[in-house]
Amino acid sequence: MASRILEQAFDPWQLISQHQADNKLSIQFGATATFIGTMRDFNDNADVSAMTLEHYPAMTQRYIDKLIDEAKQQWDLLDVLIVHRVGNIKPAEPIMLIACWSAHRRASLDACSWLIEELKHRAPFWKKEVRLDGERWVEKNTDGL
Amino acid sequence: MSIQVKFFASLKERLNIEDRQIATASTAGEAWDIVTNKAARPDNVLVAINLEYAAFDDAIKEGDEVAFFPPVTGG
Repeated sequence: MASRILEQAFDPWQLISQHQADNKLSIQFGATATFIGTMRDFNDNADVSAMTLEHYPAMTQRYIDKLIDEAKQQWDLLDVLIVHRVGNIKPAEPIMLIACWSAHRRASLDACSWLIEELKHRAPFWKKEVRLDGERWVEKNTDGL
Repeated sequence: MSIQVKFFASLKERLNIEDRQIATASTAGEAWDIVTNKAARPDNVLVAINLEYAAFDDAIKEGDEVAFFPPVTGG
């Protein structure tokens, strides 16, 4: 199980394969569920040229680790990796990676879905968008539909 | 010993306060009043005490860290 908060752009696929290699998961898991959240160049019908993600370092790290522990208690997971970006972000760059490994598909799919929503709605991160008409704090997440 | 009070994101900018230390306060709400000079609290402001979600009425003591922030928007 691992979590990382990064100030630099990251390649989610490289991190997933590296995590699998480092943790010698290759002969155990039958299912991997992944979610990658990427920065859009629009929000609320406005063009967004960049974004800054602020966080509360100690609480954010602690909260993500707590979510991983809770997911492990709820589902039969072999491993979990969560990576979240902070700092200055450009459109098309990944913001969040969640990967769950399990022997069978249901545990990893359900845990991944649960972790996405918990993290988006509870972990202390805040987005500030740069638009043509200036900077703006995002006041709430979209409903994801 | 003192109480560390932190503000984040839009709340930090609106109040122009990032990080303060106060000698004492009995609740998170009292810490807010001391540091902000009793500024009106936005309805949706969230509170954390020692890195855990809490409420304005929750007790605090010397050595604690209290944080105030708007609804989160990560992911």
